[in-house]
Amino acid sequence: MQVLLTSDQLEKAISELALCLESAHPDLGAVIFAGIQQGGAVLGARIIEQIQQRNPAQKVQYGQLDITFYRDDIRKEIIAPDTMNMPFNIENKTVVLIDDVLFTGRTIKAALDTLLDYGRPQKVELCVLVDRKEHRQFPIQADYVGKQVETSKTDKVKLINGEVVLIPGQSI
Amino acid sequence: MQLSTRHLLGIKDLNPEDISLILSTAEQFKEVLQRPVKKVPSLREVTIVNLFYENSTRTRFSFELAEKRLSADTLNFAASTSSAAKGETLLDTVNNILSMKVDMVVMRHSASGAPHFLSQHIPAAIINAGDGINEHPTQALLDAFSIQEKTGSLKGRKVAIIGDIMHSRVAQSNIFLLNKMGAEVTVCGPPTLIPKYIAQALGVNVSYNLKETLSWCDVANVLRIQLERQNQVLFSSLREYSLAYGINRRLLDSLQKEIVIMHPGPINRGVELDSDVADSGQSIILQQVENGVAVRMAVLYLLSGRKTAGN
Repeated sequence: MQVLLTSDQLEKAISELALCLESAHPDLGAVIFAGIQQGGAVLGARIIEQIQQRNPAQKVQYGQLDITFYRDDIRKEIIAPDTMNMPFNIENKTVVLIDDVLFTGRTIKAALDTLLDYGRPQKVELCVLVDRKEHRQFPIQADYVGKQVETSKTDKVKLINGEVVLIPGQSI
Repeated sequence: MQLSTRHLLGIKDLNPEDISLILSTAEQFKEVLQRPVKKVPSLREVTIVNLFYENSTRTRFSFELAEKRLSADTLNFAASTSSAAKGETLLDTVNNILSMKVDMVVMRHSASGAPHFLSQHIPAAIINAGDGINEHPTQALLDAFSIQEKTGSLKGRKVAIIGDIMHSRVAQSNIFLLNKMGAEVTVCGPPTLIPKYIAQALGVNVSYNLKETLSWCDVANVLRIQLERQNQVLFSSLREYSLAYGINRRLLDSLQKEIVIMHPGPINRGVELDSDVADSGQSIILQQVENGVAVRMAVLYLLSGRKTAGN
């Protein structure tokens, strides 16, 4: 097991992402942030907390997106859904999707499908904590990245005890 | 998390975890139904046949809508307009339909146990949409969902089931479910419409006094007299039944508290429920119908996982 981000580095990465998002969106009222269940929703809450603290006058719009019903591997295993919470009108707004790890891009593809059933946003952006860049299966890239890491395909990247760790997969 | 069964033949076969899983999944589908696009692609490659050997409006529409909202392909079968009227057996009909690559069967039948019989002979997942006087599991699930939504929880809730308990599959499924989830059940109706040993057999309270029952309960689930299943005289007239067991505004107003009124439909207005009760704010009858779609989506979704043999 290899530590990719220690808890201090994780804290720093989250602060940096919050600052990035904030400076890219001076008008917070025109942006909706959406954390993807479950990891992305937890991360999103921490990012939004910081943005909100610095902008007390403006309520930051933050929802949680559950992609269970839109997964493309649904037939292999039926997964119980998580909570969906998108009480915003996203029509013509900018939506920032937040996820913990960007890997194959399939989760984000499903998140985009989910999102479009709520309306037609003007623009969708993607913010991720960890980008495993070389394993993409869809043409998807992030606009805001906490840390880019090199991994092999069978590795797993997880947030455990406040640290981001890489669990090596079986080499073939 | 997965259901412990491959089919939904009755509440009897489910454990409390299964029921909780279906209800929590249904909550998420209820959210789907509030969106601008009330549809998810989950069952895009699944084909479902709705086999209705007995009349139905609500249940058939509810299943059909649930299937469409899940993006499944659907076939509708009504016994009266099919080859069943020419003498084809149930098994032959179903096998013919399945040979057209159908994955799931939703069936309503007037014979108790028909879906159980079918489950032993075909590979597709079967959902019982009501079999004779045995069970109507999705109705009990949507009733439970509605009670939970309205009152917060099932545990410790006092539920009265009132009317024709003897011929009601809704009553039986509700009793199984409420018992498993820790609610307390009293059945109430004329002695001729309540099975003799139901208290011992199913662990419910029995009462023949409507007012007492209503004062005891938090929720009253009122049933229709199933005239189509009765072949002997069990009470003298609908008018007399209504006088003793019909729920009207005056009776409800005489109680010390406000109870929730439910009915699985179709209502015989003026018999078991008066209009000013059925259409009042105390009644959640239309919410039950709305919740029915979300609950059936949950059942179809959770049972769709295992494809039939040969696929």
